[in-house]
Amino acid sequence: MSDYDLEVDARGLLCPLPILKSDQAMTTLPTQGKICVLATDPGIERDLPAWCAVNGHILVSMTQQGRHWRAIVEKGS
Amino acid sequence: MTHASIEKTGVIRALGLLSGGLDSTLAARLLLEQGIEVGCVNFHTGFCIQSHTSAIRNPKPGAPPPRHDALHAAQSLGVKLHMVDISSDYVRIVTDPKHGYGKNLNPCLDCKIFMVAKAWAMAKELGYHFIFSGEVLGQRPMSQRRDTFPVIDREAGVKGWLLRPLTALRMPETEPEKMGWVDRSRLEGFNGRGRKPQMALAKKLAITDYPSPAGGCCFLTDENYTRKLRDLWAYRNNRDYSMEDILLLKAGRHIRPAPHFKLMIGRDQSENLFLSGFRKGRMTIQTKNTPGPLTLVEGEITAAEDRLLACRIAARYSKGKDLPTVQLTVDDGNVTEVVEVTPLPAHELPDHWHV
Ligand code: SF4
Repeated sequence: MSDYDLEVDARGLLCPLPILKSDQAMTTLPTQGKICVLATDPGIERDLPAWCAVNGHILVSMTQQGRHWRAIVEKGS
Repeated sequence: MTHASIEKTGVIRALGLLSGGLDSTLAARLLLEQGIEVGCVNFHTGFCIQSHTSAIRNPKPGAPPPRHDALHAAQSLGVKLHMVDISSDYVRIVTDPKHGYGKNLNPCLDCKIFMVAKAWAMAKELGYHFIFSGEVLGQRPMSQRRDTFPVIDREAGVKGWLLRPLTALRMPETEPEKMGWVDRSRLEGFNGRGRKPQMALAKKLAITDYPSPAGGCCFLTDENYTRKLRDLWAYRNNRDYSMEDILLLKAGRHIRPAPHFKLMIGRDQSENLFLSGFRKGRMTIQTKNTPGPLTLVEGEITAAEDRLLACRIAARYSKGKDLPTVQLTVDDGNVTEVVEVTPLPAHELPDHWHV
C-alpha cells in the first residue's frame, strides 16, 4: 500500500508551479488525504513548508537526493 | 457574503493582492492591526522574475534556496494565501493590451485591471467584503497614477470596493471606510517613488524580513527579455506564445543567424541543465572533445550550410574556441551524428545576431 492518495509530479517545473500543482491536487482530497510531491526545483525546500503552514497542512516528510525532492503532505482541516 | 454576515458575526473580511514585496505586506498589516480578517491572493502570470531566475541559477553554495515571496509574506503575516495560475488567460493581456505597453512589453494597466477584477470575483465567491492592494500613488509610471487608479477601479468593476491602505488619505473615501469597517485615520497617505515612509512603517510594525524592492514585478519590464519576446513574435509572424517559449527566453545566450532559426546557448552549468529540459522537439548541439555549453536550435534547419553555421557558432562558445577544429555531437531527435568544425571567429559573428 502506498503512503499517499495522489502523486504530484512536478519534476522539471520551476517555482511556483510545484506549489500550484500541489494546491490543485489538495482541493480534490478530503481532510487527512495525502499527496506525494516530486520536484527538482530547490525552491521546494522552503516553499513547501511555508505553503503547508499558510494552509494548515501537515508536512509529513521531505527527503532530498541530489536535485530530487520527495515530500508527503497531509491535508489539514 | 453579504453585509448581513457582518451584522451577524461582527467579522470584516478583506482579500488583498499580495506580491510579497514590502508594500503589499504593509497594506495587509495595516488592516490586520485594525482587527480585520485578511486573506490574500497571488497570481502566477508565467513572467514572475524572482521565481524563475532563482530557479535557473544555482544558489551560491551555502546560500539558502530561493523562495516564493508571497508565500513567505503570507506565512509571516499569518494569513491565508490563494495562489492562482492565470497564465493561460494572461496571454491575451500580453499580446493585445487595450491600454498598450509601458516602457517595455509591460501591459501594466491591463494587467492590474485583470488582476483586480479577478480578485474581486474571488472575494465575492469566498465571502470577503472588500479587496485591497499595496499600490501607492505615483510609484509606478503606468499603473499607479492619479488618473489610472480610477480607470482600474472602473474597468475592473470594483469602484469603491478596492482600498489602497498605503495611499488612502490621498484618495476619495472607499465604501469600507464609509461603512465604518475601516478606520481611515489609521491608514496612510504615501505618495511617489520614495521608499522611506514604507521603511519607517515597516520598522514601526517590526517587519524586518522583506525582499529588496525590484524594478518591476515581472520580466515584461525587463529590456533584454522583451527584446527576445519581440524577436520571437517577429519571426513567428504571430504574437502567441507557450509557457515553454517564455521560459526559454529567460535563459541562455540567444543568437539568430537567420530568420528561420535561433540558437540558445547555455552560459553556465545551471543554464545548461535548465536548457537540457527542453531538448524534446529541438535539435541539440553539444561539444564532444572539449568542454562546452549545450546549444538548442529553435526552428527547422535542414540545409547543410545552416547546420554547419549552427555548429561553428556552438563551437565558438566552447573551451575549444581557439582550436583549429572542435568535435560536436548533433542530435536532431532522430539521428545523432558527430561533426568536426572550425569555431566561428568573433569577427564573423555580427552584433545584430545577438537577440
Ligand atoms: S510589472 Fe508585470 S506584473 Fe506588474 S503590473 Fe506590470 S505587467 Fe503586471
